[in-house]
Amino acid sequence: MSRAPVTVRVQRDDFDLAAEVRALSAGRHDIGAVVTFCGLCRDEAGTLSALELEHYPGMAEAEIARICGQAIDRFGLQAATAIHRYGKILPGENIVLVVTASPHRQAAFDGANFIMDFLKTSAPFWKKEHATDGSTGGWVSAKDADDSARDRWSKSE
Amino acid sequence: MARVDLVYFAWVRERIGKAEETLELPDSVVTAGDLLGYLKTLGEEYVAALEHENVIRVAINQEHVDHHEPIAGAREIALFPPMTGG
Repeated sequence: MSRAPVTVRVQRDDFDLAAEVRALSAGRHDIGAVVTFCGLCRDEAGTLSALELEHYPGMAEAEIARICGQAIDRFGLQAATAIHRYGKILPGENIVLVVTASPHRQAAFDGANFIMDFLKTSAPFWKKEHATDGSTGGWVSAKDADDSARDRWSKSE
Repeated sequence: MARVDLVYFAWVRERIGKAEETLELPDSVVTAGDLLGYLKTLGEEYVAALEHENVIRVAINQEHVDHHEPIAGAREIALFPPMTGG
């Protein structure tokens, strides 16, 4: 098991990207690269008024932590943070944050990419759309493209 | 008979009409796939929720499992659609 620190939170409230980067790198002088990915709620050309995110408490945190651990082992990350929001999220608001740290940039980029690809397909979250016309658009369907993005990591490099 | 807590999420929860329940499962229910088949005998709402069995994801004690996985020893079994977070 890796000893690199992993921070995972599933929360209703927003997060502060800069604060999370500071927390991850505080007091360290060995980190050479920090990559952040932030996923936001789109308005889908003005048709979407909000997303409602449901999650499986307990498993959501455990699954994200497992994915972060795999990324640390595979890419030699020095630290990883993943925060996912739930509840009602408006267009322009944050949904998810991934922060990775490594001595050189490529591992941090790859690690963040890997974490997001697996988070999307195996962390138990579901999005429901609310439309600007007042209707409930229904549950977002899983995309084959997300499965493909995940599966490319199992191909030989 | 085995007693197990079932939890449902997203449209599986909506179609079944409840978020959780505790059921006594007959001994004939051995795998996660058997469980889906058994639930469909309990009523129309289960049939509607589990109609396309192959897309239903199963987690035992909060870990993903395949449909052929045995459910023996499960405390909590979750059924839900493919995930759409991130």
